[in-house]
Amino acid sequence: MVRPDQRILVLFAHPGQRYSRANRDLSKAASGVDNVTLIDLYALYPRFKINIEVEQQRLLDHDVIVFQFPLLWYSVPALLKEWQDLVLEYGFAYGEGGDKLAGKCFTCVVTTGGPEEFYRVGGRNNFPLRDLLAPIEQTARLCGLRFVPPYALFAAHSAAGDDRLPRHVDGYRRLLEALRDDRLDMEAADQMRLLSAETLPMRRTAQTEVKR
Amino acid sequence: MTGLLFQVFVYLCAAVVAVPLAKRLGLGSVLGYLIAGIVIGPLLGLVGSETQGIQHIAEFGVVMMLFLVGLELEPRSLWNMRGRLLGLGGLQVTVTIVLVMAASMALGQPWSVSLAIGLVFSLSSTAIVLQTLNEKGLMKSVGGQSGFSVLLFQDIAVIPMLALIPLLALPELMNHTSDAVALAGAGAGTGAGAEHHGAEMSLVTGLVGWQIALVNIAAVAAVVAGGHFLTRPLFRYIAAAKLREIFTAAALLLVVAIAFLMTLVGLSPALGTFLAGVVLANSEFRHELESDIEPFKGLLLGLFFITVGAGINFALLFDNLWFVLGLTVELILLKAAVLFCLSVLFSMRWADRWLFTLALAQAGEFGFVLLSFTTKNAVIPPQVADLLLLVVALSMLLTPALFILFDRVILPRLDKGQQRPADEITEHGTAIIAGIGRFGQVINRVLKGNGYQTVVLDVSADMIDMFRKFGIQTYYGDASRPDLLNSAGLQEAKLLVVAIDDVDRAVEIVSHARRERPDIHIVARARNREHVYALYKAGANDIVRETFDSAVRASRYSLEAFGVHPHEAEKLVTVYVDHDRDAIRRLARLYDPDLPITENQPYMKLMKEIQAETDAALSSHTPDVHDRVKRAWLPPGSHPDEFD
Repeated sequence: MVRPDQRILVLFAHPGQRYSRANRDLSKAASGVDNVTLIDLYALYPRFKINIEVEQQRLLDHDVIVFQFPLLWYSVPALLKEWQDLVLEYGFAYGEGGDKLAGKCFTCVVTTGGPEEFYRVGGRNNFPLRDLLAPIEQTARLCGLRFVPPYALFAAHSAAGDDRLPRHVDGYRRLLEALRDDRLDMEAADQMRLLSAETLPMRRTAQTEVKR
Repeated sequence: MTGLLFQVFVYLCAAVVAVPLAKRLGLGSVLGYLIAGIVIGPLLGLVGSETQGIQHIAEFGVVMMLFLVGLELEPRSLWNMRGRLLGLGGLQVTVTIVLVMAASMALGQPWSVSLAIGLVFSLSSTAIVLQTLNEKGLMKSVGGQSGFSVLLFQDIAVIPMLALIPLLALPELMNHTSDAVALAGAGAGTGAGAEHHGAEMSLVTGLVGWQIALVNIAAVAAVVAGGHFLTRPLFRYIAAAKLREIFTAAALLLVVAIAFLMTLVGLSPALGTFLAGVVLANSEFRHELESDIEPFKGLLLGLFFITVGAGINFALLFDNLWFVLGLTVELILLKAAVLFCLSVLFSMRWADRWLFTLALAQAGEFGFVLLSFTTKNAVIPPQVADLLLLVVALSMLLTPALFILFDRVILPRLDKGQQRPADEITEHGTAIIAGIGRFGQVINRVLKGNGYQTVVLDVSADMIDMFRKFGIQTYYGDASRPDLLNSAGLQEAKLLVVAIDDVDRAVEIVSHARRERPDIHIVARARNREHVYALYKAGANDIVRETFDSAVRASRYSLEAFGVHPHEAEKLVTVYVDHDRDAIRRLARLYDPDLPITENQPYMKLMKEIQAETDAALSSHTPDVHDRVKRAWLPPGSHPDEFD
């Protein structure tokens, strides 16, 4: 039996990193996990001039794709949207011959400013977080990606003050390791709206065998 | 001496008074010159018989004009014209000769005289037609191109005509002119006063037919090969001397030498220089040659038109007024009819059809040449020739009127009707790039790479040589010279990029271009702040400081080296750039080119204020600037100070 050893690409987008604590700690944790490539999109493309060929090759070189970002106006930061617009080309990611990403695994790692109770029907933001992320979910599906429910941290600003952040960061590390080793229980995960540090569904061993 | 000065004074005076007036009245410069000639000649009697001699010199203007026309025409476009040249030109000349001959025989002239008259009247006026077409910007239309093809064919056809005429000699006239028979056979050069110098020097007298042909071919080959291989090293050498007048002298020398060679071997000098022009059309010196020859051509042609006007024999004209007028009108109608049929045959569109028909309906300056040649060779009796001379001159005099008819009556009618053809774009929007140093190169490559036409000018002959090796079309010349800028296409260009090193010349170019073309977009490189202000005053649209952007990038890298996140470094330098550009805009308004900056009190005061502002703005604790970096990305409910 061969250890699956999936390669993970974390595309991290945060335009104001100097003022970020949650995402700073999260990226630090991600970069410490083996087989993870962490890309700081705002550092790489400060003038929004994305190199499409390089980005597509990066996607081909990995098995799991992760978007890591703070929710800004119920959506991804502008550069991550630009990245989707340019890199997920017709004929590459979707459409005729666009099956290059099919079968890979995808998830997003989101932090929000508001607490969880804001993200409810009738709450201040009126929509559950999972619903707000529907465009990303559908994008992943159109590209043939296996969508794993988002791993979310609510009220990230206040979490930085107590032990919620360290627990979330540790959960992130475990999530990435599980994805790498193919130990995340996908069926169980599919039953959840969101993943959190406390609810990560794990398996003891890898469920599928990947031949190299 | 005073006599010569008086002559020059009279001619120049007539031109200076009449031509601007004629242009203002919308009559075109050619009519202005012709009227000026009539006024100083027959009307006031200020100039007399010497106009004949002057005319031969002035005809050299036609030679120069064909050189310039050749420069505008690449060899490939000449090759593409071959159908029109032979078809249209050949048919026009043959059919006109036959019809004129028939008409003349119907009027009772013997066949040989009639044929000679046919030859004389089949030719049109290259000088008037090309000058007018150029002036009206119609050269590149189908009608203009077709007209040009016919004129070029006529220029070539003059050579066999000159060979043919002596064979038509009338026995009863022979004894008067036995000395002229020596000219027969190989018979002299054409064009510029052929029968005058033809007798003086010739390389082909005494040779038989095939030898002449061989010499002719060798001469043409010499012009083509010399133009291709010799002129460029020569001009490069002269350009290296950086003496403008010597370059002009060399350009004139080139034209004169070719004309001389052609005359020696009995070919048309106009044809020779035209060929040389075509050969040089791809050369880097094209625009420089153009602007050097242009004024000479203009003056000589003007002089030529004046002499045509001055040479009209009014006494003879009034004695035979109705007969001569009738003949002239009949001639124009006949030629026009032939041209119109050809335009239908070659399926031109309506506007081109009328242009082609009306433009070439006159007899031309070669008619003068042929007429004096025919009288010398005892082909046409002098009394008849004098009348024919009047017809030629009158038909030339009427040509501008035909152009006015085309402009004022025919074009508006076509516009009103539904037949108006789609506007033909003869010139695409191009960019002129002055200066192909490291700066201009980048612009040129980006524009060319994206399919935009560029015309590149530079003063360094070495540099041009190098770029030509890389296949970049570059022309030699000082872009601050208005004439050169014009021949590079300033009047049609969409964009002018000024990227030359010389600070003052750059400003000159910008102000000249702005004066000439209020609507052109000008991108200028500034070497320093003061240069920015001067270019701003001169009217540049975009002023780029040559070191500013690179300095900004270097400072961004420096910030990044200190660990500032690239995205934040970008925003920080943007703050600086915005501040600086705002400052330079405010300072430019106070700049006075006549005052050194240090003595410009209001400028210095504002300068100090702005310096203080910028310092304050950049220090990280002022809310104004740094908020612009932090603002949007702060976590909700937090305050910038929490993070400093």
